[in-house]
Amino acid sequence: MRFKNVFSIIGPSMVGPSSSHTAGAVRIGRVARKLLGCQPEKAQMTLFGSFAETYWGHGTDLALTAGLLNFDTDDERIPEADLEAEKAGMVTEWVQGKGNGPHPNSVKISLWGGDRKAEIVAASIGGGTIAVYSLNGFDVQITGEYPTIAVTHSDRQGVLASLTSLLSREGINIGYMDVDRKGRSEAAMTVFELDSAPEGSLIEEMLKLPHVLEVTLIDLTQRS
Amino acid sequence: MRFETLDQLAEICLKENKTIAEVMLADQAKETGISADEVFRQMAEYYQVMKEAVQKGLTGNTKSRSGLTGGDAKKVADYMRQGESSLGGPSATAMAYALAVSEVNASMGRIIATPTAGSCGIIPGVFVSAQERFGWDDDKLVHGLFTAGAIGFVIANNASISGAEGGCQAEVGSAIGMAAGAMVELRGGSAQQAVHAVGLALKNCLGLICDPVAGLVEIPCIVRNGLGAVTALAAADMALAGVGSVIPADEVIGVMLEVGSAMPTKHRETGKGGLAATPTGRKLTKELVEQRRRKAKEAKEAKQPPSDTK
Repeated sequence: MRFKNVFSIIGPSMVGPSSSHTAGAVRIGRVARKLLGCQPEKAQMTLFGSFAETYWGHGTDLALTAGLLNFDTDDERIPEADLEAEKAGMVTEWVQGKGNGPHPNSVKISLWGGDRKAEIVAASIGGGTIAVYSLNGFDVQITGEYPTIAVTHSDRQGVLASLTSLLSREGINIGYMDVDRKGRSEAAMTVFELDSAPEGSLIEEMLKLPHVLEVTLIDLTQRS
Repeated sequence: MRFETLDQLAEICLKENKTIAEVMLADQAKETGISADEVFRQMAEYYQVMKEAVQKGLTGNTKSRSGLTGGDAKKVADYMRQGESSLGGPSATAMAYALAVSEVNASMGRIIATPTAGSCGIIPGVFVSAQERFGWDDDKLVHGLFTAGAIGFVIANNASISGAEGGCQAEVGSAIGMAAGAMVELRGGSAQQAVHAVGLALKNCLGLICDPVAGLVEIPCIVRNGLGAVTALAAADMALAGVGSVIPADEVIGVMLEVGSAMPTKHRETGKGGLAATPTGRKLTKELVEQRRRKAKEAKEAKQPPSDTK
């Protein structure tokens, strides 16, 4: 079953005009911001397919910007997101993607803020539902529908076991898990889609584990 | 969820002596691990947004960002007030309300996707007008949204609710089926009758292509929402009168999938076929593209320092 619950049919609450081009785009922007972990100072969006063709009429540019400002899909400031971005000191740059993206509605977002950089590739696949294909250059498959933890670590034996045992100790069920590495013994990323949101202290504990470099909580289920 | 088809859903309702809304609410709570009260509260919030959108669409500025649409809901509402409409008061009200929400959507206002943004006018149009007419309280309508949600859940999983996948029959068609079935249950009809209403409604939407001008959710999406609200009321009345869908609703949903899959790509939300490809559709698209180029050029020039400072 592709649709799992009643709110994927009735909902989301959103600012129009298109669940794919607007609501989905807001969610993609929010995932990107969560990955960066702070207000971006500069954002570069490369649009592919239908996003590139019709973003102007659907407000996809405003919606992506709104997501980067951490607005929810029904935030009434979305139509003025460009002005809000200026207020927040965020510069946006729009690039027409060459070739095909991974889906007819895709975008690559590169973000800079503080001394951090983040990059995601994602698509809006219908009714406001999104698919994230890549986080900071690692291949992933997440939806943002569940609280998600992305852990960057060294590819070493036992890292996954120590992460999953912490989640198990807290009684948090893993709905989906994904591992990708740059190469043997090199940098790796593990993502967990969880049935319930973890406490901040759990994230702190994960960060202290050997070989763990970065832990990011991407939770769109909490309203901003 | 314990059901994959409308037949199974009606069967559960009959066996447990429950409405479709009650089954959906209980199953949703079980599936998500969130209490039924909390699930209900979330849906009640959505209903408030729908009511606000109706109001905003009838009174506020609904000019779309492209400038192609806006203001038609108010025209229809004013026309009705001036005398007897061809359709008759209650249906015309549902139509005006559906147009109102769809126009709010096109103007980047707040709506609930039911099931999508392109089809967001039909359920509020039918629900809010029926509430005023029959004096129902909000909770009753919120139950109705669970009925609509259960029907949409079956359609989405067995056919499609996406225009890009299945054409407009999947967006506006699904919404009409959902509104028709919900209206039957709201008026005291059985789950079986509600399912017949879905079958009757969907039969009249089969083959509807998704052909938005310039790819935007405006032409013909908005008027299709207005007309869809009327079709939903008609299908509900037929079912309440005892008319059955001779081809069972689940089989009609199967046909929707078949027809949607057979539809050429140009008729599935590309803005390249159907009404979008008419001389007027192309002309409007061209004008919008030119307008955008002009604006982009102006923005670029405004950012560049004057040449003598280089």
